[in-house]
Amino acid sequence: MAGVSATKDKAEEIEIGWQNALYDTLKAQGVTQFSYVPDAGHRILIDRSLADPDVHSVALTTEEEGVALAAGAHLGGARSVLLMQSSGLGNCVNFMSMIKGGNFPFLTLVSMRGDFGEGNPWQMGMGQAVRPVLDAMKFISVEVTKPDEVVPTAIAAATMAFKSGQPVAMLLTQKLIGAKAF
Amino acid sequence: MSKTASKSAQPAYVLDRCEAVPAMIGDPKHFLVVTGLAGTAKDFASLTQDGPNYFGMAGAMGAAVSMGLGLALARPDKRVLVATGDGELLMNVGALATVSVLNPPNLSILCVDNGHYGETGYQKSHTSLGVDLEQMAIGAGIKSTCTVDSQDGIAAGARMLRESNGTCFVVLRVKPTDPPKFKRNMDIAASRVRFRLNLLGQA
Repeated sequence: MAGVSATKDKAEEIEIGWQNALYDTLKAQGVTQFSYVPDAGHRILIDRSLADPDVHSVALTTEEEGVALAAGAHLGGARSVLLMQSSGLGNCVNFMSMIKGGNFPFLTLVSMRGDFGEGNPWQMGMGQAVRPVLDAMKFISVEVTKPDEVVPTAIAAATMAFKSGQPVAMLLTQKLIGAKAF
Repeated sequence: MSKTASKSAQPAYVLDRCEAVPAMIGDPKHFLVVTGLAGTAKDFASLTQDGPNYFGMAGAMGAAVSMGLGLALARPDKRVLVATGDGELLMNVGALATVSVLNPPNLSILCVDNGHYGETGYQKSHTSLGVDLEQMAIGAGIKSTCTVDSQDGIAAGARMLRESNGTCFVVLRVKPTDPPKFKRNMDIAASRVRFRLNLLGQA
């Protein structure tokens, strides 16, 4: 069992590494508002934003608030990122039409459930609908499956969002974050 | 300003929004204004003459408070006014909890409560059936709140909207009658660009 435990520790170390690098990348891209509904997949980003006096850490009651928050931030010249789980995307859809219709820049990081290796049937429907929903709303989606893809993908996503004014969802797939049994 | 409307009494819906909203706001240039859809969007399109300090929605019901929060956090040097209706606010009333935790001092929320869904034919809303939005805001943790349901309360409500040093929440109870008629620009992107050009000098 020592071997299993060592593997688990190693995986956790890798996850802590890319989440920290991701936070640093988002800050370097000028993000000053981090909004979220608490989620294990974004744990380190959320904790870093709470501890960071230079950013606003906004705990939402539902993910759609974060969509409107990002639009308001843009009106004021600030950059906002919405951290959510795939189930939260379902709560956002109507507000996404304001983002698309207004050509608002928008960046969300979606930690996937209901996808590769999911063991909770309640997560499957929305998880499988994430890509079709993003396509239907004409949001750009980019996926990350490996730790070393996280930072370059985040830079690409933030560039499309904030320089080209696009709505972009970066999907942190279960190949990256693991299929958890909760 | 009244907490006089006792729990058992029917709330008073006597003010006319076409007069009470302008009286409450005064010079709208004092604020960056974000409104929800329908009634309040029209109130403020008329009041600002669809001006560049105004972003009014015609959809995204429930988005106004959160959008105002994002703007207020981005621009602590400006006073942000969110104007929303009872129906619009009820669709995302949890946003009051999000706001209160951060309590930005430059965010003022005005809920023009006519007790009805005016846009869809004046069906009764929850607030004319016993729901009290000021109490919900208090429960969310917002410290500065009041309900204005008569002419006497307007000056105090106006002062709270302009001077509160924490997020404030003002309910303005009005009759279920139409907002001013005003033909505004419905192009979302054009409204966004206009707002940013005015505030930031860039699209």
